[in-house]
Amino acid sequence: MRPEGNLTHQNSWEVSPQSKEHDLRLILPATDAAVRRGLQTIKDGLGPKGLAPDEVASLEIVLAEILNNIVEHAYAGHPEGQIDIRLSQADDGLHCMISDRGKMMPGGEPPLGLKVDLNCDVADLPEGGFGWFLIRELAHELDYTHTDGENKLSFRMAIGQKIRT
Amino acid sequence: MKLTHQDFDDVRVVCVGENRIDAACAIQFKDEMRALSDSGPARILLDLQNVEFLDSSGLGAVVAALKAVRHGQRLELAALHPTVQRVFHLTRMDTVFTIHTSVATAVDGIANAS
Repeated sequence: MRPEGNLTHQNSWEVSPQSKEHDLRLILPATDAAVRRGLQTIKDGLGPKGLAPDEVASLEIVLAEILNNIVEHAYAGHPEGQIDIRLSQADDGLHCMISDRGKMMPGGEPPLGLKVDLNCDVADLPEGGFGWFLIRELAHELDYTHTDGENKLSFRMAIGQKIRT
Repeated sequence: MKLTHQDFDDVRVVCVGENRIDAACAIQFKDEMRALSDSGPARILLDLQNVEFLDSSGLGAVVAALKAVRHGQRLELAALHPTVQRVFHLTRMDTVFTIHTSVATAVDGIANAS
């Protein structure tokens, strides 16, 4: 829950050449309540940057889904786990990197998040499986790696492109 | 989870008193909605005017509430914020639910139900 300064030695975080600093960094414990507070902190932190309400909405949806998945699946039952969130505004959008040291994603790949079939009786409607669909609808250049016990998910949100021009 | 309700002739209007339905409260929401539909009339209207954010857990809980209604009972939604509307639209759940712009437009003769 504390934004930190520049991380110039973090060479794993290479976004676009123009972006040399982390606009926002947040480390959260792996609980639903911390995720809720973290999302609010991020919204407050990005608020002064002049993002449009629908841009903030897209970001909140994607971050919420990713963070919920880390709490529920990667760290399932380990609230002491830490989630590291780094957001950096570049000319082509907001670059996001989220890392944790929980379980690897099944098969070492993020789920495909296929569109769920709604042509069914109400009784058969799915109550889950929307999370990765929403992430893949709204995030660009999604990349996942699992190295030395660390999960790293990076992506770009096509938001705030006008802020730096 | 704060759910309040108000009964009219043939409809129970359930108002969510919190500003988000997310992973932290989805199960509670689902259970409380079930209790309110079990004891309610044939039409339940879920007033989401206070809900600024809903994630996939919250969406799943609203779908669960729809699946939990009795035979012949209806669950409809009203007053979705843009972000909430967006989640319903992206997942096409807006084709499954009847969605009203406000409680007042959904229920005849109610100027301000909540």
